Order: sequence, then structure tokens, then C-alpha cells
Amino acid sequence: MLTDLIALRETEPGDIRLLLDTAQSFREILERPVKKVPTLRGRQVVTLFYEASTRTRVSFENAAKIMSADTTSVAAATSSVQKGESLLDTVRNLRAMQIDCLVMRHPQSGAAHLVAQALDIPVVNAGDGMHEHPTQALLDMLTIRQHKGRLEGLTVAIVGDIAHSRVARSNLWGLTKMGAKVRFVAPATLLPRDVHGLPVEVYTDLRAGVEGADVVMALRLQQERMERGLLPSLREYAQRWGVNAKVLELTKPDCIVMHPGPMNRGVEIADDVADSGRSVILEQVTNGVAIRMAVLYHLLGGEASA
Amino acid sequence: MPTEVKVMDAHEMRRALTRIAHEILERNKGAEDLVLVGILRRGAPLAHRLSRLIENIEGTSVPVGELDITLYRDDYRTHTVSDTGATRIPVDITDKKVVLVDEVIYTGRTVRAAISALMDLGRPACVQLAVLIDRGHRELPIRPDYVGKNLPTSRQEFVDVRLEEIHGEDSVCIRKPDEER
Amino acid sequence: MRTIFRKAHVCDPSQGIDRVADVVVDEGKVLAIVDDSTPYDVGSCEVIDCSGLVLTPGLIDLHVHLREPGFEYKEDVQSGTAAAVAGGFTAVCCMPNTDPPLDEPSVIRGLLKRAEQVGVARVYPIAAITKGLQPEGLTEMAALKEAGAVAVTDDAYPLQSAEVLRRGMEYAGQLGLPVLTHCEDKSLTKDACMNEGLTSTIMGLRGMPAVAEETQVARNCLLSLYTGCRLHILHVSTAGAVRIIRWAKERGAPVTAETCPHYFALTDEACMGYNTNAKMNPPLRTQADCDAIVEGLLDGTIDAIATDHAPHAAHEKAQEFALAPFGIVGLETAFALSFTELVSTGRMSLSALIEKMSCQPAKILGLPGGTLAPGAPADIALFDLKRSWTVRSSEFRSKSRNTPFEGWELTGKPVLTMVAGRIVYREG
Repeated sequence: MLTDLIALRETEPGDIRLLLDTAQSFREILERPVKKVPTLRGRQVVTLFYEASTRTRVSFENAAKIMSADTTSVAAATSSVQKGESLLDTVRNLRAMQIDCLVMRHPQSGAAHLVAQALDIPVVNAGDGMHEHPTQALLDMLTIRQHKGRLEGLTVAIVGDIAHSRVARSNLWGLTKMGAKVRFVAPATLLPRDVHGLPVEVYTDLRAGVEGADVVMALRLQQERMERGLLPSLREYAQRWGVNAKVLELTKPDCIVMHPGPMNRGVEIADDVADSGRSVILEQVTNGVAIRMAVLYHLLGGEASA
Repeated sequence: MPTEVKVMDAHEMRRALTRIAHEILERNKGAEDLVLVGILRRGAPLAHRLSRLIENIEGTSVPVGELDITLYRDDYRTHTVSDTGATRIPVDITDKKVVLVDEVIYTGRTVRAAISALMDLGRPACVQLAVLIDRGHRELPIRPDYVGKNLPTSRQEFVDVRLEEIHGEDSVCIRKPDEER
Repeated sequence: MRTIFRKAHVCDPSQGIDRVADVVVDEGKVLAIVDDSTPYDVGSCEVIDCSGLVLTPGLIDLHVHLREPGFEYKEDVQSGTAAAVAGGFTAVCCMPNTDPPLDEPSVIRGLLKRAEQVGVARVYPIAAITKGLQPEGLTEMAALKEAGAVAVTDDAYPLQSAEVLRRGMEYAGQLGLPVLTHCEDKSLTKDACMNEGLTSTIMGLRGMPAVAEETQVARNCLLSLYTGCRLHILHVSTAGAVRIIRWAKERGAPVTAETCPHYFALTDEACMGYNTNAKMNPPLRTQADCDAIVEGLLDGTIDAIATDHAPHAAHEKAQEFALAPFGIVGLETAFALSFTELVSTGRMSLSALIEKMSCQPAKILGLPGGTLAPGAPADIALFDLKRSWTVRSSEFRSKSRNTPFEGWELTGKPVLTMVAGRIVYREG
């Protein structure tokens, strides 16, 4: 049974499938004029974000509110973090306010793991450093499944800053557990050390990397990578590793294009792709709410019954 | 070994449903504005069958919806359903005469949840309830409008409705718990 | 006061002794090792029955952070030396990254005075090579030596400038002070917190590549060859470093090296689950590195096993992995870990282990001890090598509990430790 959602690497395939199925069944609620079900009435969900994020936080809060939970949002800039309080002290204080679930994002890998060990309530990792972002991968997988009807046997090419990407890591574990093949496509300076030890095919050449792919996922390129000297220029990156319509001619004809957002148009993804019929980027966002509803539903519930 | 007694076979089930179809039409003076909403999972096939039966009798097709009540259950905190279903109702239920369909009515809690779920989707003109089996032991002030068969049971017994669409056969059995030794 | 250790299995590699004998201690010194000590039993002397126990020269730890002055909440001379003797160590060399750092004679003298007051284990201060452990600016090494420093080091603040290290080595060399270096190219380890490899990739943590250690090992060995200065490489953790040191020794460089038990007992996978008690610098590496470290110990490339005992308070380790401080405690587990991993597995003889943990450390820094030769200080450790025990940090004498070995079943337990003829630790 799921008690926390920290990392897809540590999540059973059965639980991943359960979350996807549940989210799929919840999609209909998002289409209703009155988007409210009473399931989590009286439950307190806190979102604790140590990193700026609009999309993910709003997505979690909307999910919780649709399920009738009460939500409180704590941003690091306004909390006692500024006073030098440790992460564990901060979350123990929140817990003492009798909250029922903590959703957290943190710039340090392992932060959610640390907190989950210290708290007796469900903890949801909304992104920890370069480690994992499990709900993003789940919503990506749900979106792929809606388009392809399956995950098994698909080839998913993840293009971009693999080394620093928690999205790439979570998708790798989630997709491979569901039977998909994953490719990492990136310049050598944006590939992590010993990447060949992961269950993944690795390419430095974009054209080879996307050939025959069912799904191409472009990752956001942070400006910081240039500052650290990992890339010579945005221009060269866009030319060599930017996903554009021309490159997509090499994929399967029905290949879809994804992006976890926010996009740098003209860098990792061209306008002619982002706004094309192949782009499912906004569907990813909608599915994000359904996935987070499913996560809250299973984490806050009691003993499972069929 | 728990003992099992068959209390309804396929013929009896068809007869019961046919009778309910007639009663629904009689009570509502025809099929106009009717919507049949089956409660997932076993109420849904029954709703589809009733719709076909009504169409046979009346010549009009009645829209059928499926209602997942998982998110409205009052036992979420203790027994969380992992196999959630999706609500699908093809028409706006506002001002419609909605007939909820389920296989068994017992405590009445499922129907309570279903009414709540329904109300979140619109404001029906009225809500009626059709069940294949009424086994008694109500815990809420809820009474079905159409009953296929009244079946006195004890709380220890389990009523198992098997449907062609799900289980490959139509039958209703009462399973008794282990005899005390 | 005379003490007689009767029927001990005496293991003293310095004299090639490895047999059952009686050891007689008198006036703080070793008087004799004899088959029958009856003639020495003049009455009023303490006779300790050592049947089934192994008696060795007291262990000497080249690398300990006693944290005093400045960080007494982590450890102090009292608790640190108590931990040392509980681990079979009779002497510890303590590192200068204190507050103030050990970069002035007065601080060295103050520390030695504290050690004398506490009077548990011998304490040998290692001074900073640069003032304030800064990137440049040599310390007054002559005065520091006079005050009692036995070596100089850049531990925890590795010198990035080859020029500064070269001059430091030349200056220390003329004084006969060995230079102990922490080898790390900081430009390759920015913001890094564990070994760079598959595990860091999975965990999403910035890694320190092995090459960051190896380039500095190579540079420092070459500088040792060039200047002729005695160089001691601290905490060797990679296979490449072992090969480079082997090469340097073959060319006659006056280089010695140490490793620590965790570098052959654990790999970077111990960090999984963001276990900050497996976070140290240099970081835990791979199995291939562990194997190469053992090979280096066996062929003499690595001369000594030290602990790099680095205590930290619980709240400091209970942090996000990248924010937690580097280091683990080791004094109370080092012998048993080494014995269990190296001797019990048949890879190393007991006398070779005692060589690495007592004789060689004494030689490397020219310290008294490391031998039971008649007239040597009566610094003695007594071990029960048949005993299995479970590591429980709650029972440590150290103030800190940051060990990755919690719950490990180990073999070999120090049961009695003597410093200068005085029993400073006795189990139970």
C-alpha cells in the first residue's frame, strides 16, 4: 500500500498502474460544471515549496480542492526558513498543526525522503533537486497512455538536460517499469556520469535519438547551464538539440511531443512543434490535476478494498 | 465450507427486470424525460438491460448513464476503494426523471452516496430507485421504488449477484458463513 | 607499579613476535616479553590473565578530528581520547581544522596541556600548513614544531595552488616535518557531496569524480619527488590514487599513504536513502576501488589505516544530504572493522594489520610507540578476537554518533588499553 510518494524508482509497478487508472477515472470530474467531490472533506493538505513553481503548486492545490480538502500553501520566502530553521523542524511544526498530508518541493535531492522518514503522515514529493518528480512522470505516462492506448513497447526519447533533470529520472523509472523503452538524448556535458548503467539507450545525436520514437519529450534548458560552462551557447544548443518539425520527420508518423514546462520556445522546442497537432503539452497539464487527485485519494485513504 | 443457495436464475432475473421496466413506464406515464443511471459496477449493466427492455415495450430509447460513487462513500477513511470507475452520463440530468439502478439494496449507504453524486451533476426533476434485490437491514431512511425480489437475509450472509456482462452468467446466490463448530 | 600480562598471544610486528608469552610492564615501560614471568612476579604487582586474548602495541591513529578547541559540542579532548582508548588506540594525531585552527604555537600548547590534564591517550597535534588553513600564507612551522606539532597538513582545506604546496613542502622539509595532504581538485568537486558515478546519478546528487582526488595525488607525489619532502597522503579512496602512489614509491618518492576502514568496507551505495552517515570526504567509492585499496594495503603501497574520525552532532547530520557536513566517527569501530573485513576474511594476517594500525603510523610521524621492545613506552592494547559484537552508537564514548556501521556485526573487541603503564580502558 502506498504511504508516501517520493520516487518512482521505489514505487511498485502495480501502484503506478493503480494511480494511472484512478487518475483516468477522475478525468471526468474535471469536465463537470461543478468540480467538487466530497471525498477529502475536513482533511488538511499543506503545500510546502522551497522553489518557485506556479504550475505544480496550483495543480496540487486544485486537485486537493476538487476533492474538498483544505489547502494551505507555504512558500519558503515567507516561512521561518528565512530565520534559519532546519527543514525537519519546519515540517515537524507543520505536523503539530495536525495537518494530514504534506506536498513538498525542495531544491535538494533527498529532501522529501528525509521528511517522509520524520513524519507519520503521507508526504508527496513535488520535486526534489535533481532526484525525482514522480507526479510529473505519472501525468506524462497518463498522457502517453491516452494517446497510444498503452505504454508497453513504446519508445520514448527524452531530449535535453538529463543530468540535472528530476523529470527525466522519474520518467525513466516509471516508463521502464511499465514496459516502455527510454532513450536519453543530450550533449555529453548534460548527461550524468555512468548514465549507461541505467536501463536506457543514450544518444548525443538528436537525429539518431528520435528515430522511430513514439514519444519525444523535450526538457527545459536552464540558463544556469550556460553560466556553469556546460554549453557554448543557446544557439548551438537550439540548432543541435532543439526539437523542431524537421527532426520529427524521423519519428513514427503518429509521434507525440511533450514538455514538462515551462517552455523556452526556440531553444529546446520550436514553435512549429509546440503549437502543432503533435503537441500534447496542455493535455499534460490537465492530466496533472487528475494524477494529483489520484495520489491524494490513495495516500489519504484507509485500508484498500476492491 | 460456506454454503451457497441459488435464489434466482437467468429466467427469473429476466422476468424481474421486465416487470421493473413495465413499472417504470407505468409510474412515469411513458419514457419521456427518463434517464437510467446504473451505479458502478453491477448496476450499470442492469441499467443498460432496462433501457433495452423499455425500448422493446415503448419503442423509445432511454439514455443510460453510469455513476461511480467511490468519491462519495462514507467509509473512504477506513475502506478505500482502489478500483475506481468513471462516471459517464450522456445527457444533462437537470429536470430529468432519473432512475438509479443497482443490483442489491442493503444498508442504503450506497444509494445515499449515489444521490449525492447525482446532485453534483445537476438538478433532476425526481430520482427513483430500482434494485434487483432488496435484502433488508436499512440503516438510512431510503426505500426503493422498484424491486425485483425481496430477499430476507441475515447480516452474516452475502448476496452475490452475477451478471452475464461481467461474470458470464446471470444468477443470484446467498452465501452463508461457515457453520459454527 | 608493575603489571604482568600473563599468557597473552603477543603480536608485535616490530620485533617479529607472534606467540603466546607474558608481557611485563614496569615504570610505564615494557620490561620484558618472556615465556614465564614467574621470576618477575615480585608481589604487589597486578597480574592480568590474558588467556585467549591478543596483546599488541597500542594502536596509533594518524587522522583524528578532536574538535577542540571550538567545536566541543561535537567532541573534545576528553571524549575523543576516551573513544580512542575504547577502540584500542593509545595515541591520536589530531587535525588542525579547529576554531581557532592549530596554526599558532599557543593553540598547540593549549591543546597539549588539555591532553595532559585529561591524561587518557597520547595526543599529537598536526599543525596547519597555512595560516587559518587559507589558500596561502605559510604558518610558523619552526615555532609550531617546537610547541609540539608533529606534522603539517591542509586537511579539509586542500591547497589548490601547487606553488603554495611546493614552498610549504620545502619549508617543512628543512624542519623534518612531514606534510600530510588532503588530495582534492576543488574545481572538479564544486557543490559535490558524494562519489560521482551511477549512484550519484540515480540519487540526483552532484558527484566528486575519482579524478579530482587522483590529479592531486599525482601532483603532490611529483612535488614530493621534486622537493624531496616527506609527503603523507591522507585518506586514499580510489584505485587510481593507489596506482599513482605505487608509481611514485617505485621512483623513490618519500611518500607514505593511509586509508580508512570505510574505504574498503563500504561503497557509495551506502549513501542510498540519503544516508548522511555515509557522507564523507573523500567520498565512498565503488567496489573496484575497495578492492584496489585492499590490494594497496597488502603490497605496502598504502602504509597505514587511520580513522579520519570526524564527529558531528546529530542535528548537523539530520539535514538534506548535500547540506550535511562530511565525516564519520571511527575510533570505536576501526579495529573491529579492519579485523573483520581484512583478517577474518583471510586477506591479511593479524600482524600485517597491527603493522598498519600501530607500527607504521609511529614510523611515518616518528612517534614513540608502535613496538613492545624492552624500554618502549608501555602503550598496549588487548583484544578479544573471538568476540562478535554489534555496533551500537548509543554506547560510544565519543560525543557523536555519526557512523554508517550502526547495527553491524563485527568480530574483534578491544578489552583493555594501557597508556604509559596505566590502564586507561577496561571493558565492563
